[in-house]
Amino acid sequence: MWRDTLAVAGKDLRIEMRSRVLLNQVVPFALLVLVLFAFALGPRSGPMVQASAGLFWVTLLFAAVLGVQRSSALETGEGTRDGLRMSGLDPAGVFLGKTAALCVQLVFLEVLLTAGVVLLYGAHIRSIGPLVVACLAGTAGLAAVGTIYGMLSSGLRVRETLLPFLLLPVVAPVVLAGTRAWQVALGTGVGGGAVPYLELLAIFAAVYLALGVVIYGPLLEAS
Amino acid sequence: MSHRTTLAVRVIGVGAVVCLVATVWLGLWVTPPDQVQRNLVRLVYVHPPVAWVALYLAFGIACVSSVLWLWRRTRSAFFDRLAASSMEVGTVFTALTLVTGSIWGRPTWGVWWAWDARLTSTALLLVLQLGYLTLRRIPGDFDSRARRSSIAALVAAVDVPIVHFSVQWWRTLHQGATVLNANLSPTIHGSMAWTLLLGFVAFTLVFFWMLLVRYRVQVLSDALEGTELQGALEERWVEGDGLPAPGRLPDEGGTAGGALVGVSLSEKVQR
Repeated sequence: MWRDTLAVAGKDLRIEMRSRVLLNQVVPFALLVLVLFAFALGPRSGPMVQASAGLFWVTLLFAAVLGVQRSSALETGEGTRDGLRMSGLDPAGVFLGKTAALCVQLVFLEVLLTAGVVLLYGAHIRSIGPLVVACLAGTAGLAAVGTIYGMLSSGLRVRETLLPFLLLPVVAPVVLAGTRAWQVALGTGVGGGAVPYLELLAIFAAVYLALGVVIYGPLLEAS
Repeated sequence: MSHRTTLAVRVIGVGAVVCLVATVWLGLWVTPPDQVQRNLVRLVYVHPPVAWVALYLAFGIACVSSVLWLWRRTRSAFFDRLAASSMEVGTVFTALTLVTGSIWGRPTWGVWWAWDARLTSTALLLVLQLGYLTLRRIPGDFDSRARRSSIAALVAAVDVPIVHFSVQWWRTLHQGATVLNANLSPTIHGSMAWTLLLGFVAFTLVFFWMLLVRYRVQVLSDALEGTELQGALEERWVEGDGLPAPGRLPDEGGTAGGALVGVSLSEKVQR
């Protein structure tokens, strides 16, 4: 299974390295959303700093939807899914590989978004630990659910509109817990520690990774 | 639908109407107003029973049926149809839960909507249910649709408790459980308690009546779809030359007529 995971992750990342869709389209989109949020909040830095944790996660979520669409689109070419099914790869390995590749891309995006939040909104990072852990756990959860729903909606004519509709409500806990953990890290929260929220993010990621490993086989058959 | 099932639907329907009328009568005329909430308390005979049906009964049946469909040993069209019917009826009850909660919240909290834990998680559940129904409406063959729907229900089922806890930590101002509280000591009594209990029975019966009727509609709808497909196939068989006789599917990768049948099939499915 782990060999299949590495093979699929490597394949997705190689395609991304060659096509540069993330770099040329998703990253500019995410930065544009950060700028648009600034327009909505006004030029004063106070509201922007206060909202920066939430805006980071909402922007990440929007960009993640694009990333998931791109990741599932890689398997929608003519005969690609049949090839994937007949390749003999373990479905759990395919799921973990696609999730891992998406994770790597989202982490890259998060680094840029963090720089954007610090530079554009003037946010100060007071504690790096919760920030990094929230990003890693949140990204794993986002990528796991995204991979499940990406395959669920792939091959459907309405997948572009269906995917956000299905995905966004499911990942609401990631936005909520991620924002709270980031507020602690940026010192903009109302008090309380980040640990419960980091635990929630870790549980979310573990649950959906386990679920994906179990159901990706039937999911591949359905798509 | 067998005679026995039809009879069961009628009995449940009559029972639901009788219990509902009794709940309305007891709730509006027999039970006294509350000391604090005055007449507003009468919503308690509707809101918790509707919420029980939406959040536990309907969603629970839909999720368990979906798991049973996914499990090879118990896989049957019955569980897929039951899951779809339960989710659809449950969506109506979830919407009713939000509406009745909002009506109660306006005079109590002063706002139609508050970012309370239970309200927020119920609203998210409604969106998840709508997503399931949208996914289900997408044309496709029976097996793929059932598989997709079951997985969507399973993902939603796993998500609901996480959503609930996350928003509970976020904030809550909803009142605690009145009947099934931590001490298992109901803080409601007398005629109000009995009316509330009757409300639970009434709305549970209404749900089961709607579920059975919706299930029947689903069976008929699937049968109609099958008939339409068969009709389309026969039309093509009559039109085409050298195509297989009605009742026989063309060989895989066969003639141009086979492609025609394929087009017709997909057109019908997409319709």
